[in-house]
Amino acid sequence: MSRIDFHVIKKLDIFTLDVHCGFDSGVLVVRGESGAGKTTLLHCIAGLLAPDAGFVSIDGERMFLRDAENAGRGAQIDKPARARGLGYLFQSYALFPNMTVEQNVLYGIRNKPEYKDHTRRKELLDYAGYIMETFGIAGLRRKRSTAISGGEKQRVALSRAIVTKPRLLLLDEPFSALDEETKAAVYSEFRLFKERFRIPTILITHSDAESEMFGDHRIHMKAGVIV
Amino acid sequence: MNFAPVILSLKIASVATVFSFLLGNLFAYIINKKKIPGKNIWETVLILPMILPPSVMGYLLLIVFGKRGPIGAFLLEHFGVQVVFTWVGATIAACVVSLPLMYQNVKAAFLSTDPIYEQAAMTLGSSEWRIFRTVTFPLAWPGVVSGVVLAFARALGEFGATLMIAGNIPGKTQTVPTAIYFAVESGKTEMANALVLIMTIFSFVLILGLNAWLKKKNYY
Repeated sequence: MSRIDFHVIKKLDIFTLDVHCGFDSGVLVVRGESGAGKTTLLHCIAGLLAPDAGFVSIDGERMFLRDAENAGRGAQIDKPARARGLGYLFQSYALFPNMTVEQNVLYGIRNKPEYKDHTRRKELLDYAGYIMETFGIAGLRRKRSTAISGGEKQRVALSRAIVTKPRLLLLDEPFSALDEETKAAVYSEFRLFKERFRIPTILITHSDAESEMFGDHRIHMKAGVIV
Repeated sequence: MNFAPVILSLKIASVATVFSFLLGNLFAYIINKKKIPGKNIWETVLILPMILPPSVMGYLLLIVFGKRGPIGAFLLEHFGVQVVFTWVGATIAACVVSLPLMYQNVKAAFLSTDPIYEQAAMTLGSSEWRIFRTVTFPLAWPGVVSGVVLAFARALGEFGATLMIAGNIPGKTQTVPTAIYFAVESGKTEMANALVLIMTIFSFVLILGLNAWLKKKNYY
């Protein structure tokens, strides 16, 4: 059982993002109109942006902490994105266009200190192979990431995000770029992923159907706050 | 036909381009990707050699690298290296005038790369150096190559500043542009024509090759 807690306060152009939430395992669905601050929230949790005040904690471990009285000054705790151990699937997938599918999937594994150890490296590579098989992208290994379809890109991006065994997975509208036909196939894969891997996940979506299908917990955001 | 100016020009332009490449990438990364004070001032100083007349650049280099100049005196005293009237001086002049072109191209290439790839690499646990090596630099590569070629061409054609700091000593500091100038001045038209032809063909092939390569190299 994992516990995720966060309170993110960040002044944006037209409103102040102020979201306080926590959940035990499963998928937290964050819904809301465009411009409600959902992606900014994920960026703050991932460490790509620093909140003005608040905290982010995973299983009690603080990833970020800046008390309200410290707002405008340095954070007390601010682990860099690379040290947070999170997986992030970007809305546009952000697959490295200069790499193959396999190089994309293995990118995070190669950053791990264990990768330098010969035995551990084999285990990591075997696991990556298992993930690629599970998501049906093993046959695309040698293909350029720019030369595959939208549905395949989505699966590669998800594989890349989970192959490092993240403590929390952040999914920013992962299905929005897919056509209806592809979506149906990807939904069933995602259901399988959810049941098999059981990684605590924050999923941003516009869709009521996706919220119903995948959400164990749900929040709705409007102009930076939960409504 | 004396090929010494051609060989020396290629040597000077090559060494100058290597330094220009390293410094251009370093400055473009620090100025555009890091939070440093006085960004605009640093950038203006870097681009200044492109705007200043070559004779002004040459004179400034003479002041700095001359025997009594702050850097020239240091190099002579500690390393026994004399800059003025040597190929080293010509290389420094070529590097200084080609650096703005390199910097501008690399900067444009870095800024045109979508930062989302660097963010993705960060969330995957990558260090800053690995992100630069595996994501930022490879994605900016076509722009960097463009900078290398233009910087090389600029270094090859450098005349004014080179003449001021390195003079025109045949076999020692005489480059193609200075050789052409003095050949014309002393009535050696055949020599001038041959060198002009070599320079023109070389530059034409270089730019043609670059354009052809850039059209093929497109990630997106």
